[in-house]
Amino acid sequence: MTALGYNFGYLDENTKRMIRRAILKAVAIPGHQVPFGAREMPLPYGWGTGGIAVTASIIGTADTLKVIDQGADDTTNAVSIRRFFAKVTGVATTERTGEASIIQTRHRIPETPLRQGQILVYQVPMPEPLFRLEPRLAETRRMHALADYGLMHVKLYEDIARHGHVAISYGYPVLVGGRYLMSPSPIPAFDNPKMDRMPALQLFGAGREKRIYAVPPYTSVRSLDFEDHPFVPVRADAACALCQSRESYLDEVVVDDQGGRMFVCSDTDYCGTRQSHREAAE
Amino acid sequence: MTAADPSPGLTPGFAAPVPAAQSCFRALLEAMSRPGLIQTLTALPEAPAPLAPAAAAAILTLADADTPVWTDAGPAAEAWLRFHAGCPLVADPAAASFLLATASPPDLALPDAGTEEEPHRSATLVLQVAALEAGAGWTLSGPGIETTHRLHAAGLPAGFAAAWAANAARFPRGVDLVLCAGDSLAALPRTTRLEETR
Ligand SMILES: [Zn+2]
Repeated sequence: MTALGYNFGYLDENTKRMIRRAILKAVAIPGHQVPFGAREMPLPYGWGTGGIAVTASIIGTADTLKVIDQGADDTTNAVSIRRFFAKVTGVATTERTGEASIIQTRHRIPETPLRQGQILVYQVPMPEPLFRLEPRLAETRRMHALADYGLMHVKLYEDIARHGHVAISYGYPVLVGGRYLMSPSPIPAFDNPKMDRMPALQLFGAGREKRIYAVPPYTSVRSLDFEDHPFVPVRADAACALCQSRESYLDEVVVDDQGGRMFVCSDTDYCGTRQSHREAAE
Repeated sequence: MTAADPSPGLTPGFAAPVPAAQSCFRALLEAMSRPGLIQTLTALPEAPAPLAPAAAAAILTLADADTPVWTDAGPAAEAWLRFHAGCPLVADPAAASFLLATASPPDLALPDAGTEEEPHRSATLVLQVAALEAGAGWTLSGPGIETTHRLHAAGLPAGFAAAWAANAARFPRGVDLVLCAGDSLAALPRTTRLEETR
């Protein structure tokens, strides 16, 4: 118990041990969804309970935690989760990608490349990449067992036939280690290439479905595509209005009540750091 | 069941169980994520012979009433594990979630390798070896390894590399390995390919 009367990391030791065992098996079988039983977290589903359960089971006093929601450190969701962990662990928190040892994220991968030794924890609303195509869990389990992903290839091919391209902007399915079809969680397809052979460990926690999966460092993560229709990560063809980046993923934001709009980086730390470097250079 | 309340004749477990289990878990996670790299544990229990401190720490961190443990370590170690980890001990290697081998390792084909649909329901072997040395011995490749890692595990029987190749060949089924010596450990998940360097 901490001085405040919580278990360190909120979860009791039995729950942490169960989740820790699931995490190790997830790392040993890259891309495979491992079920875990767990007590309920003190937040409603949709607030990242799966990611929180994973972070709570791995975090220690030596860690520095960063939490982002759609790339931003300052949204209600990110602030709540960061405060929660500060309260139940006392660990240091940061908004700097480079300073964090654990980054919990909802729906983005930071623009600053992650390094060896860092852990990226994704909040996952739906872990099963095939759920829209095959609602029966017993069937999807069988497909994963046989690596039978024909259904997904047919879906992508139909997209191409109908729209001329694959009509998936978020949660674009990937093949991990050449074996398991995996949902990257609803990150923009733009972020998919960052997952491939990433030096950091990637852990995924789905709270409602109670599944954990993982991508070890330096592991192949390939976005599904076809030879004549290769995967293309797309971003808005614009520069960030604040830092002028042409490499980062952009959000379109409304700036006034006249319908004025501009593009800004979704990653607030990346954008802020670039702006302060520009000011320093001037 | 705390370190402050040892049962008569038993050496203590972790002095501070919550932070010790967390730091040992992170060493295990790093070991499993970066196969073959040696991790040194900082918080160790006082385990009875023949248990190596790192092997005892790994079991204390991961095993509990839900995970049957098989071991060849003898009655003193069994009593210590039962008390500090609270795990049931089983005589059948196929019935164990964790196998803790201090002498020659069990046949890799015996433990539970999981099923094609549930490969995570496989056993983890904690094997004590005479010594672990980086930069020599096997050449390792696979997930978690940028190019190659080298690891020498002293004291494994001849034929281990062939048995490991057979374990990898049944992926996604298979067992995962934690090699322990003294206060250090290294892991070989089932995805790691191992070549004997000549
Ligand atoms: Zn910007």
